[in-house]
Amino acid sequence: MGLRLWGLKKSPWVYHVNVGACNNCDIEVVNCLAPQFDVERFGMVLVATPRHADALLVTGGCTRQARPRLQEVYRQAAKPCLVLCIGSCACSMGIFAGSYHMAGPVDEVIREVDPQAIVAYVPGCPPRPQAIISGAVKALQSL
Amino acid sequence: MGTAIWWVLFFIAASLGTAVLGLLTRWVDRKVTARVQWRVGPPWYQPFADILKLLGKETILPEPAGWGFLLAPIVAFAATCVAAAIVVAANVRPEAGFVGDLIVVLYFLVVPSLMLVIGGSLSGNPHGAVGASREMKLLLAYELPLVLAVLAVVLGMSGGPTLRLGAIARAEMRGTLPAVASVLGFLIALFCVQAKMGLVPFDIAEAETEIMGGPLVEYSGAPLAMFYLTRAMLFALLPMFVVTVFWGGFGPHLRGWLLGAAKYLVVVGAMVLIRNTNPRVRIDHAMKFFWFGLTPTGFVAVALAVADLR
Repeated sequence: MGLRLWGLKKSPWVYHVNVGACNNCDIEVVNCLAPQFDVERFGMVLVATPRHADALLVTGGCTRQARPRLQEVYRQAAKPCLVLCIGSCACSMGIFAGSYHMAGPVDEVIREVDPQAIVAYVPGCPPRPQAIISGAVKALQSL
Repeated sequence: MGTAIWWVLFFIAASLGTAVLGLLTRWVDRKVTARVQWRVGPPWYQPFADILKLLGKETILPEPAGWGFLLAPIVAFAATCVAAAIVVAANVRPEAGFVGDLIVVLYFLVVPSLMLVIGGSLSGNPHGAVGASREMKLLLAYELPLVLAVLAVVLGMSGGPTLRLGAIARAEMRGTLPAVASVLGFLIALFCVQAKMGLVPFDIAEAETEIMGGPLVEYSGAPLAMFYLTRAMLFALLPMFVVTVFWGGFGPHLRGWLLGAAKYLVVVGAMVLIRNTNPRVRIDHAMKFFWFGLTPTGFVAVALAVADLR
């Protein structure tokens, strides 16, 4: 394992993108940062700009309004950059599948920009913080 | 020729040493912050992993940004290395310094903030521009009190004023009033260092929650790593500088170095605890605090330092 990869695995900075979530998954994401789970133990820090990000935490099924914005955020992020779909909506549009305002699940929207994007799925409504951490670990192990 | 090579080696060793010490101090900062917030916190190698990762990432150059955008972090890093070498040399070999190295260090310590201003302005990002303007205002606010605090020590030391850092590190104050002046200066310098580091009561320029990291908003990859490393080096260098000027410095013997390390830890601890127990102030409040609070205090310190001269 090269030093670059080691650094990437030990210090994943995450950028949180809400593309139409009901805020429940967002609360669980914030819960990961709080004392009970404290993802800074693994070097994960919430950053304020996609330029600094190593992983996009996407919550919510992608709405038509959010689709170009999500694609732009992914384009502007410094590569390599993982995508984590947090929650049932982000994974498969959940109960909103087939609605007029949905642009598609997050992975399809991202793959329109970058077919080789690494996408991890954390299902649940909302997923527990343990599940989010486990999903992040599995995504990092796939590198 | 032999001495030149010795100094080059010394420069590299001092820069590397400061970088390693700074990254470890950065870890202490993050760990203590985590413990204060009842969290576990990152492992000790976290800042090293961050640097390695950033060096391996893609570097994005925004369209309006020119070569100055990439040059800014390099200049900031180089200036910090030079300042670190001078401060370390003043403690390792106090007799080897040159007259006026104190002024050189003060100048070089301005450069990282100045480069942040330039980098932020060149990024072509509104958040970067706002951050750069705030950083510039903060720079104008804290430089004068810091210079006054240093001046109080220079004027109050026994054996006449000198601008040689090595002599200042070893000097004692002339009497009670100059000693009070140096304590005042130390307190002023603590606040100025906090602002120079961009730590919490004065992190107005970075303000992650309102302007997304300010001047650093468009930086990614290696240039961001340079700024990160510069910031970490300053975290070691500024407490070292404060200890050298205001608190008797490090050395000369083992006991002196151990004492110096203890003083260093006290200053770092004070910075981290101030950072963790205060909210961010607004830029105009910060400027009022420095101009109308600390600058008059600085003048009082200078007056006390020269009060016993007839």
